[in-house]
Amino acid sequence: MNNSKDKNKIKLEYSIISNDFKRAGETSSNIKSILKKVGIDNKVIRKVAIVTYEAEMNIVIHSYGGNIKLMVEGNNIIINAYDKGPGIEDISLAMKEGYSTATDEVRELGFGAGMGLPNIKKCSDYFKIESSTEGTRLLIKISF
Amino acid sequence: MMKISQIIKELDLELISGEKGLDNETNGVYSGDLLSVVMASAKEKQIWLTVQTHINIVAIASLIDISAILIVEGMEVEEDTIEKSNELGIPIIRTNKTTYEISIELYKLGIN
Ligand SMILES: Nc1ncnc2c1ncn2[C@@H]1O[C@H](COP(=O)(O)OP(=O)(O)OP(=O)(O)O)[C@@H](O)[C@H]1O
Ligand SMILES: [Mg+2]
Repeated sequence: MNNSKDKNKIKLEYSIISNDFKRAGETSSNIKSILKKVGIDNKVIRKVAIVTYEAEMNIVIHSYGGNIKLMVEGNNIIINAYDKGPGIEDISLAMKEGYSTATDEVRELGFGAGMGLPNIKKCSDYFKIESSTEGTRLLIKISF
Repeated sequence: MMKISQIIKELDLELISGEKGLDNETNGVYSGDLLSVVMASAKEKQIWLTVQTHINIVAIASLIDISAILIVEGMEVEEDTIEKSNELGIPIIRTNKTTYEISIELYKLGIN
Protein backbone atom coordinates (compact mmCIF):
# COMPACT_ATOMS: atom_id res chain seq x y z
CA MET A 1 0.00 0.00 0.00
CA ASN A 2 1.37 3.42 -0.90
CA ASN A 3 1.12 5.17 2.42
CA SER A 4 1.26 8.89 1.82
CA LYS A 5 -1.18 8.65 -1.07
CA ASP A 6 -3.67 6.54 0.85
CA LYS A 7 -3.47 8.65 3.97
CA ASN A 8 -4.58 11.73 2.13
CA LYS A 9 -7.61 9.96 0.76
CA ILE A 10 -8.96 9.33 4.24
CA LYS A 11 -12.28 11.05 4.89
CA LEU A 12 -14.47 9.37 7.45
CA GLU A 13 -17.83 10.25 8.90
CA TYR A 14 -19.86 8.49 11.57
CA SER A 15 -23.12 9.26 13.26
CA ILE A 16 -23.23 8.71 17.01
CA ILE A 17 -26.50 7.83 18.68
CA SER A 18 -27.42 9.18 22.10
CA ASN A 19 -27.43 6.59 24.90
CA ASP A 20 -26.33 3.75 22.63
CA PHE A 21 -23.90 2.10 25.03
CA LYS A 22 -23.82 -1.17 23.12
CA ARG A 23 -22.30 0.37 20.01
CA ALA A 24 -20.29 2.93 21.95
CA GLY A 25 -16.62 2.70 21.04
CA GLU A 26 -17.26 1.32 17.56
CA THR A 27 -16.55 4.61 15.83
CA SER A 28 -13.21 5.07 17.56
CA SER A 29 -12.32 1.38 17.00
CA ASN A 30 -13.12 1.69 13.32
CA ILE A 31 -11.02 4.85 12.96
CA LYS A 32 -8.14 3.16 14.71
CA SER A 33 -8.08 0.15 12.41
CA ILE A 34 -8.22 2.33 9.30
CA LEU A 35 -5.31 4.50 10.48
CA LYS A 36 -3.36 1.36 11.32
CA LYS A 37 -3.88 0.01 7.80
CA VAL A 38 -2.35 3.07 6.17
CA GLY A 39 0.65 2.89 8.45
CA ILE A 40 0.17 5.85 10.80
CA ASP A 41 2.61 5.77 13.72
CA ASN A 42 1.41 3.93 16.85
CA LYS A 43 1.92 6.94 19.11
CA VAL A 44 -0.26 9.07 16.86
CA ILE A 45 -2.87 6.32 16.67
CA ARG A 46 -3.04 6.18 20.46
CA LYS A 47 -3.74 9.92 20.63
CA VAL A 48 -6.42 9.68 17.94
CA ALA A 49 -7.96 6.68 19.71
CA ILE A 50 -8.20 8.57 23.00
CA VAL A 51 -9.57 11.73 21.39
CA THR A 52 -12.20 9.98 19.27
CA TYR A 53 -13.24 7.66 22.10
CA GLU A 54 -13.75 10.48 24.59
CA ALA A 55 -15.58 12.61 22.02
CA GLU A 56 -17.74 9.65 21.04
CA MET A 57 -18.63 8.85 24.65
CA ASN A 58 -19.46 12.46 25.41
CA ILE A 59 -21.89 12.50 22.50
CA VAL A 60 -23.42 9.20 23.66
CA ILE A 61 -23.70 10.23 27.30
CA HIS A 62 -24.25 13.98 27.33
CA SER A 63 -25.91 14.86 24.01
CA TYR A 64 -28.96 14.14 21.88
CA GLY A 65 -26.69 12.56 19.26
CA GLY A 66 -24.18 13.82 16.73
CA ASN A 67 -21.39 13.11 14.30
CA ILE A 68 -17.66 12.54 14.19
CA LYS A 69 -15.68 13.35 11.07
CA LEU A 70 -12.02 12.62 10.50
CA MET A 71 -9.73 13.46 7.65
CA VAL A 72 -6.04 13.53 6.94
CA GLU A 73 -4.58 16.71 5.50
CA GLY A 74 -0.84 16.79 4.93
CA ASN A 75 0.71 15.86 8.26
CA ASN A 76 -2.42 16.53 10.27
CA ILE A 77 -5.29 14.39 11.36
CA ILE A 78 -8.32 16.62 11.66
CA ILE A 79 -11.22 15.55 13.83
CA ASN A 80 -14.59 17.25 14.02
CA ALA A 81 -17.11 16.15 16.63
CA TYR A 82 -20.46 17.89 16.84
CA ASP A 83 -23.84 17.21 18.31
CA LYS A 84 -27.38 18.52 18.44
CA GLY A 85 -27.33 19.83 21.99
CA PRO A 86 -28.18 20.51 24.78
CA GLY A 87 -24.75 22.12 24.93
CA ILE A 88 -22.37 22.93 27.76
CA GLU A 89 -23.34 25.76 30.07
CA ASP A 90 -19.89 26.65 31.35
CA ILE A 91 -17.06 25.48 29.09
CA SER A 92 -14.21 26.45 31.41
CA LEU A 93 -15.80 24.41 34.18
CA ALA A 94 -16.33 21.45 31.83
CA MET A 95 -12.64 21.56 30.87
CA LYS A 96 -11.57 21.17 34.52
CA GLU A 97 -10.21 17.77 35.54
CA GLY A 98 -12.77 16.06 37.73
CA TYR A 99 -15.79 18.15 36.73
CA SER A 100 -18.69 16.00 35.60
CA THR A 101 -22.46 16.16 35.44
CA ALA A 102 -22.73 12.42 34.74
CA THR A 103 -25.66 10.67 36.43
CA ASP A 104 -25.20 8.00 39.11
CA GLU A 105 -26.34 5.45 36.56
CA VAL A 106 -23.45 6.09 34.15
CA ARG A 107 -20.98 6.65 36.99
CA GLU A 108 -21.65 3.09 38.07
CA LEU A 109 -20.38 2.01 34.65
CA GLY A 110 -17.13 3.90 35.22
CA PHE A 111 -17.96 7.08 33.31
CA GLY A 112 -18.01 10.50 34.90
CA ALA A 113 -14.44 10.92 36.13
CA GLY A 114 -14.52 14.32 34.47
CA MET A 115 -11.37 13.46 32.55
CA GLY A 116 -12.68 13.12 29.00
CA LEU A 117 -12.30 16.69 27.79
CA PRO A 118 -8.96 17.18 29.61
CA ASN A 119 -7.72 13.95 27.97
CA ILE A 120 -8.80 15.22 24.56
CA LYS A 121 -6.98 18.50 25.07
CA LYS A 122 -3.81 16.77 26.25
CA CYS A 123 -3.68 14.55 23.19
CA SER A 124 -4.34 17.36 20.70
CA ASP A 125 -1.90 19.67 18.98
CA TYR A 126 -4.80 22.03 18.35
CA PHE A 127 -8.06 22.01 20.26
CA LYS A 128 -11.14 24.21 20.00
CA ILE A 129 -14.48 23.78 21.73
CA GLU A 130 -17.64 25.75 21.05
CA SER A 131 -21.01 25.20 22.61
CA SER A 132 -24.51 26.62 22.69
CA THR A 133 -27.94 25.16 23.37
CA GLU A 134 -27.94 24.15 19.69
CA GLY A 135 -24.99 21.85 20.25
CA THR A 136 -21.34 21.36 21.05
CA ARG A 137 -18.56 21.30 18.50
CA LEU A 138 -14.96 20.14 18.93
CA LEU A 139 -12.21 20.79 16.40
CA ILE A 140 -9.03 18.84 16.98
CA LYS A 141 -5.79 18.51 15.10
CA ILE A 142 -3.16 15.88 15.76
CA SER A 143 0.09 16.15 13.81
CA PHE A 144 2.29 13.25 12.79
CA MET B 1 7.22 -10.77 28.58
CA MET B 2 4.85 -13.53 29.61
CA LYS B 3 1.93 -15.04 27.74
CA ILE B 4 -1.58 -14.58 29.13
CA SER B 5 -2.09 -18.35 28.88
CA GLN B 6 0.88 -18.92 31.18
CA ILE B 7 -0.32 -16.38 33.73
CA ILE B 8 -3.74 -18.06 33.80
CA LYS B 9 -2.06 -21.39 34.52
CA GLU B 10 0.37 -20.11 37.13
CA LEU B 11 -2.20 -18.13 39.10
CA ASP B 12 -5.11 -20.49 38.56
CA LEU B 13 -7.30 -17.81 36.96
CA GLU B 14 -10.60 -18.40 35.21
CA LEU B 15 -10.71 -17.76 31.46
CA ILE B 16 -14.09 -16.31 30.57
CA SER B 17 -13.68 -15.35 26.91
CA GLY B 18 -11.37 -14.11 24.20
CA GLU B 19 -9.39 -17.32 23.71
CA LYS B 20 -7.97 -16.02 20.43
CA GLY B 21 -5.81 -13.64 22.46
CA LEU B 22 -4.27 -16.20 24.82
CA ASP B 23 -0.90 -15.82 23.13
CA ASN B 24 -0.88 -12.07 23.88
CA GLU B 25 2.13 -11.12 25.94
CA THR B 26 2.34 -8.77 28.89
CA ASN B 27 4.94 -7.28 31.16
CA GLY B 28 2.87 -4.93 33.28
CA VAL B 29 -0.29 -4.34 35.23
CA TYR B 30 -2.71 -1.43 35.38
CA SER B 31 -5.58 -1.20 37.81
CA GLY B 32 -8.53 1.18 37.58
CA ASP B 33 -12.29 1.49 37.33
CA LEU B 34 -12.74 5.05 36.06
CA LEU B 35 -12.73 4.59 32.31
CA SER B 36 -11.30 7.96 31.25
CA VAL B 37 -8.50 7.60 33.75
CA VAL B 38 -7.71 4.13 32.43
CA MET B 39 -7.80 5.51 28.89
CA ALA B 40 -5.20 8.13 29.79
CA SER B 41 -2.90 6.06 31.99
CA ALA B 42 -2.93 2.40 31.02
CA LYS B 43 -0.19 1.40 28.60
CA GLU B 44 -0.19 -1.02 25.72
CA LYS B 45 0.42 -4.69 26.53
CA GLN B 46 -0.57 -4.27 30.17
CA ILE B 47 -3.10 -6.47 31.97
CA TRP B 48 -5.99 -4.32 33.15
CA LEU B 49 -7.46 -5.11 36.58
CA THR B 50 -11.00 -3.81 37.08
CA VAL B 51 -14.42 -4.42 38.58
CA GLN B 52 -16.13 -2.97 35.50
CA THR B 53 -17.81 -5.64 33.39
CA HIS B 54 -19.93 -3.92 30.75
CA ILE B 55 -19.24 -4.03 27.01
CA ASN B 56 -17.33 -0.75 26.94
CA ILE B 57 -14.30 -2.25 28.71
CA VAL B 58 -13.55 -4.34 25.63
CA ALA B 59 -13.62 -1.28 23.37
CA ILE B 60 -11.23 0.52 25.69
CA ALA B 61 -8.87 -2.45 25.92
CA SER B 62 -8.84 -2.71 22.14
CA LEU B 63 -8.26 1.03 21.62
CA ILE B 64 -5.19 1.18 23.84
CA ASP B 65 -3.89 -2.33 23.07
CA ILE B 66 -4.39 -3.94 26.46
CA SER B 67 -3.29 -7.61 26.48
CA ALA B 68 -6.04 -8.93 28.75
CA ILE B 69 -8.77 -7.74 31.11
CA LEU B 70 -8.63 -9.27 34.58
CA ILE B 71 -11.93 -8.99 36.46
CA VAL B 72 -11.35 -8.98 40.22
CA GLU B 73 -13.59 -9.88 43.17
CA GLY B 74 -15.45 -12.47 41.08
CA MET B 75 -17.71 -9.93 39.37
CA GLU B 76 -20.29 -11.33 36.94
CA VAL B 77 -19.46 -10.49 33.30
CA GLU B 78 -22.30 -9.50 30.97
CA GLU B 79 -23.11 -11.62 27.92
CA ASP B 80 -22.49 -8.89 25.31
CA THR B 81 -19.12 -8.14 26.92
CA ILE B 82 -18.19 -11.80 26.45
CA GLU B 83 -19.31 -11.73 22.82
CA LYS B 84 -17.27 -8.61 22.08
CA SER B 85 -14.22 -10.10 23.78
CA ASN B 86 -14.50 -13.23 21.62
CA GLU B 87 -14.96 -11.13 18.50
CA LEU B 88 -11.89 -8.98 19.15
CA GLY B 89 -9.78 -11.72 20.71
CA ILE B 90 -9.09 -9.84 23.91
CA PRO B 91 -9.07 -12.31 26.82
CA ILE B 92 -11.27 -11.65 29.82
CA ILE B 93 -10.04 -13.56 32.86
CA ARG B 94 -11.35 -13.58 36.40
CA THR B 95 -10.32 -14.09 39.99
CA ASN B 96 -12.23 -14.02 43.28
CA LYS B 97 -9.30 -12.22 44.88
CA THR B 98 -9.09 -8.48 45.47
CA THR B 99 -7.03 -6.16 43.28
CA TYR B 100 -4.40 -5.96 46.00
CA GLU B 101 -4.11 -9.72 46.51
CA ILE B 102 -3.88 -10.56 42.81
CA SER B 103 -1.45 -7.71 42.19
CA ILE B 104 0.96 -9.24 44.69
CA GLU B 105 0.70 -12.60 42.96
CA LEU B 106 1.33 -11.01 39.56
CA TYR B 107 4.32 -9.20 40.99
CA LYS B 108 5.74 -12.41 42.44
CA LEU B 109 5.34 -14.00 39.03
CA GLY B 110 7.63 -11.34 37.64
CA ILE B 111 5.00 -9.08 36.06
CA ASN B 112 5.87 -5.61 37.28
N1 LIG C 1 -21.07 16.84 23.94
C1 LIG C 1 -21.45 17.33 25.14
N2 LIG C 1 -22.69 17.85 25.30
C2 LIG C 1 -23.10 18.35 26.48
N3 LIG C 1 -22.33 18.38 27.58
C3 LIG C 1 -21.07 17.89 27.49
C4 LIG C 1 -20.57 17.33 26.27
N4 LIG C 1 -19.30 16.95 26.48
C5 LIG C 1 -19.02 17.23 27.75
N5 LIG C 1 -20.07 17.79 28.38
C6 LIG C 1 -20.13 18.30 29.79
O1 LIG C 1 -18.81 18.51 30.24
C7 LIG C 1 -18.56 17.68 31.40
C8 LIG C 1 -17.13 17.22 31.40
O2 LIG C 1 -16.89 16.33 30.30
P1 LIG C 1 -15.74 15.23 30.40
O3 LIG C 1 -15.74 14.42 29.18
O4 LIG C 1 -14.48 15.93 30.76
O5 LIG C 1 -16.17 14.37 31.67
P2 LIG C 1 -17.35 13.30 31.78
O6 LIG C 1 -17.83 12.93 30.44
O7 LIG C 1 -18.36 13.81 32.73
O8 LIG C 1 -16.59 12.08 32.46
P3 LIG C 1 -15.51 11.12 31.75
O9 LIG C 1 -15.27 11.64 30.37
O10 LIG C 1 -14.30 11.20 32.61
O11 LIG C 1 -16.13 9.77 31.76
C9 LIG C 1 -19.60 16.60 31.33
O12 LIG C 1 -19.89 16.02 32.59
C10 LIG C 1 -20.80 17.33 30.74
O13 LIG C 1 -21.44 18.10 31.74
MG1 LIG D 1 -16.50 12.38 28.94
